[in-house]
Amino acid sequence: MTDMSALELLLTAVIALVLLSAIFGAILGFAAIRFKVEGNPLVDQIDALLPQTQCGQCGHPGCRPYAQAIIDEGEAINHCPPGGQATINALANLLDIPAPELDEEHGEEAEVKTVAYIREAECIGCTKCIVACPVDAILGAAKLMHTVIAVECTGCDLCVEPCPVDCIDMLPVPGELADWHWSTPRSSVELLKKPGIIATDRHGDVAA
Amino acid sequence: MQEFAVILISTILVNNFVLAQFLGLCPFMGVSNKLETAIGMASATTFVLTLAAISSYLVNAWILVPLGLTYLKTIAFILVIAVVVQFTKMFIEKTSPLLYRVLGVFLPLITTNCAVLGVALQNTAKSRSFMESSLYGFGAALGFSLVLILFSAMRERLAAADIPLPFQGAAIGMITAGLVSLAFMGFAGLV
Repeated sequence: MTDMSALELLLTAVIALVLLSAIFGAILGFAAIRFKVEGNPLVDQIDALLPQTQCGQCGHPGCRPYAQAIIDEGEAINHCPPGGQATINALANLLDIPAPELDEEHGEEAEVKTVAYIREAECIGCTKCIVACPVDAILGAAKLMHTVIAVECTGCDLCVEPCPVDCIDMLPVPGELADWHWSTPRSSVELLKKPGIIATDRHGDVAA
Repeated sequence: MQEFAVILISTILVNNFVLAQFLGLCPFMGVSNKLETAIGMASATTFVLTLAAISSYLVNAWILVPLGLTYLKTIAFILVIAVVVQFTKMFIEKTSPLLYRVLGVFLPLITTNCAVLGVALQNTAKSRSFMESSLYGFGAALGFSLVLILFSAMRERLAAADIPLPFQGAAIGMITAGLVSLAFMGFAGLV
């Protein structure tokens, strides 16, 4: 074999491998765009299971930051009192880990679902409760009477504290014949199916 | 048609890659602790192995053989396998984030699963046709999946069993793997 043909062989090998790598690189580059993952999809799935009260009792500014913290910082899943045991069970099921009890440090699961009620004769129209409400369930304007949209209210207590005249009461949701149900056992699916018990825009389509 | 069935039975049972040829032992011992993980790993490996067998055949037949570069097949196949694994990783991350989390480090580790390279190299060494190569890859993957899932079911029971202290953990796993391998030797002569 002459020097020339040896050089030719070497060049063929190098060019062939470089071309092969370039083609594979192009395929992977296409796949990286085609299968691009926006954020972490698991965060979305966790966020969908949380009650969306945005109450901050878990120590995070809202439900989505809490979902993010569960993934990124390994935060425990039992810090959500509004969701209660049903949410913990659903999260444990999603993440394939054993379900812990609700952490009492972050509050207790309300025995009875409550709704905020403004004694309208005493309301001075200061709008402070409107600012505090995480779900925009309070209706009103400055110097005008405020009122609560009962089906939107999650019973999170956050509007009670800012009220300067203490005209907000947390009243238990009155039971009616139409939505009466056996008190135990409760499943997350059942609770979500009843509007006004857990405030959510999803009814029944929850992974139990 | 019959020869294809023979290839499948041969690769799944008789010449099982894990238990008869002792290739791909790393994921076999590493991911077999839990049945769910094993099923996920088995399906990912099936996908990668079949695709790698097909694409390495194409690379060999269209690029390496015409250019007389067959001496480069090992490095070329490693390239092919790495690309297929990376592609699978992206695909799983998009379609099943939970499976992606469960598989974790084992997904990129399929790259170094010697069964994958073994299938590609054996296909060229025995100069199999395209159909034979793909079926061989698919059969090897099915055999790997079968053994991995069987073994993980056994290890789940072992975790609850009363095992003497010196044999606990990896030791009893190795012994069980040896016994399963002995059992699979019983298939010899089937094809």
